[in-house]
Amino acid sequence: MSYEELLTEIALSDERFIVMTAENRALVRNIPAKLGNRFIDTGITEQTMIGAAAGLALRGRIPVVHALASFLTMRAFEFVRTDAGIPNLPIKLSSFIPGFLSDGNGPTHQAVEDIALMRGIPNMTVFAPADEDDLVKMLPQIWNHPHPSYVRINTRKTDYEHSPFELGKAEVIAEGDDVTILTYGLLFEQALIAVEILKKEGLSVGLVNLRSLKPVDEQAILHATRNSKLTVTLEDHFLTGGLYSIVAEVLLKHSLTANVLPFALNEKWFKPSLLPNVMEHEGFTGKQIAEKILGYNTRFHQPEISIPQFSE
Amino acid sequence: MQSVITNTNQLEATALKVREHIIKMSTDGGCFVGASLSAADLIVYLYSEFLNVNPNNLTDPNRDYLFLSKGHDVPALYGTFAELGLLDKERLKNHLSISDNIYWHPNTKIPGIEFHSGSLGHLPSVAIGVAMDIKIRGGNNKVICIMGDGELNEGTCWEAVLVASAYKLDNLIFVIDRNQFQANMATEDLIPLEPLHDKFTAFGAAVKRINGHSFEALHEAFSAYPFEKGKLNVVIADTVRGKGLPSIERRADRWFCNFNATEVEDLLKELHGEHTTQLTSETLVVR
Repeated sequence: MSYEELLTEIALSDERFIVMTAENRALVRNIPAKLGNRFIDTGITEQTMIGAAAGLALRGRIPVVHALASFLTMRAFEFVRTDAGIPNLPIKLSSFIPGFLSDGNGPTHQAVEDIALMRGIPNMTVFAPADEDDLVKMLPQIWNHPHPSYVRINTRKTDYEHSPFELGKAEVIAEGDDVTILTYGLLFEQALIAVEILKKEGLSVGLVNLRSLKPVDEQAILHATRNSKLTVTLEDHFLTGGLYSIVAEVLLKHSLTANVLPFALNEKWFKPSLLPNVMEHEGFTGKQIAEKILGYNTRFHQPEISIPQFSE
Repeated sequence: MQSVITNTNQLEATALKVREHIIKMSTDGGCFVGASLSAADLIVYLYSEFLNVNPNNLTDPNRDYLFLSKGHDVPALYGTFAELGLLDKERLKNHLSISDNIYWHPNTKIPGIEFHSGSLGHLPSVAIGVAMDIKIRGGNNKVICIMGDGELNEGTCWEAVLVASAYKLDNLIFVIDRNQFQANMATEDLIPLEPLHDKFTAFGAAVKRINGHSFEALHEAFSAYPFEKGKLNVVIADTVRGKGLPSIERRADRWFCNFNATEVEDLLKELHGEHTTQLTSETLVVR
């Protein structure tokens, strides 16, 4: 099932749902015809869209709103914080092309601080699915939860079949004594590759798909840092405010420390190009991740990274 | 400046070359080809005839400024820069390459680009700041900001018109590439803009509405700069999205295009009036 099919099904079965977009229809191409006046496109007006979503929520609606991640979280930030956060309204933000997925657009379109911004808003919940299967498994609970939410939409397909979603719980893929990779979103795909390489090199490797970044699964983080010699945080986000920061906060809260290697964008935006080139250039392919952890090069082959297609 | 233009043949030849560059950039990842083709004549005219920009001294504080706010039309700017000697033509082949800085939105790593864009409704206000400083210093530089019609949805565009009018910035020209489309919709079917001339006039600007593909009309309008003392200048350039390629002109589904090699070859022939292209690539790729 795709994002659009799921949203259509839920919105058709529950009158409270309103689907909104600030003229970004990539994820909701066929919904206008299905939903009629419960589909609202406000044009390129992210701020007005969020304000209007608050008005609709005041009347008992659940608006699921769509825009490019950078404009939804940054252009409309104060509207999200003031009109969704302060009144704790169930406004559901679906952000398109977050992180590396904005590939060739340039820094204006790079949402690599969205997790930091959104989790800083009281009442807001934050989620990052690893792939389409993970996305479809988490959305029904997120949309039925009575609080505002932010979801880093990721409709890429992997071969991995995820376990059922539980809000606030991470998905532990594997446990390991030597290294545990903590990750979320798009990079899950590369983490799986890195884990394979590390295992072949003889390491005991764990992998955790965080899924829910706020509320975060503290126990999963504490377990990883306690049981592995090295914890890796892997994210297409700035180093500041994302998973690396979350891990630091959780450890400090429990008066702990750990050996943590972060993969993140440190004080820079990424170089724009098509996605496979971006990942390679920034050092985020599975092979590059594994080799940085190992400290040496391997003869393993990096599987091809597909170019995003947002076709109708 | 003379109000009668004498070199339209040369401008048309340059614009044709620029359109060729745009078509060649619409493959291997693609680009926003429709919006680039609608703005091509405008950009060629401004850099060839109106703006005081010296390719050998791009940081001259007395230069005129052009800000490309709509952003998606940057292939037209790259193409114009290549034809006017601001950018090595060979570099256009690096579109979307990790080894260069030529991608879907403008950035200042390309000399001659004054400011990056991509988030709509930013550069009208940046242009205001530059125009204000020129006023403070008593300079004569002109400041242009090209905006898309879809971009006018963003509230900051209208804040900028209010502020520019309040500060009587008659050294500032907002140019609207009125190609009637935003992404995959006709503007009038989504968030109607008309009567656009009246909206700008009501906000205090001096407005001219012209055919944005006629060099005579562009010249006549810009020759009248400043349109009215103490008023923001606004040019609404009526254009056609996809101009020059009948097979994509005014087509809502041909916004961001990633053509295959055969299509590019055929579209280049179509540009020269040889035939109409049978497009086989997917009709819509949304970025």
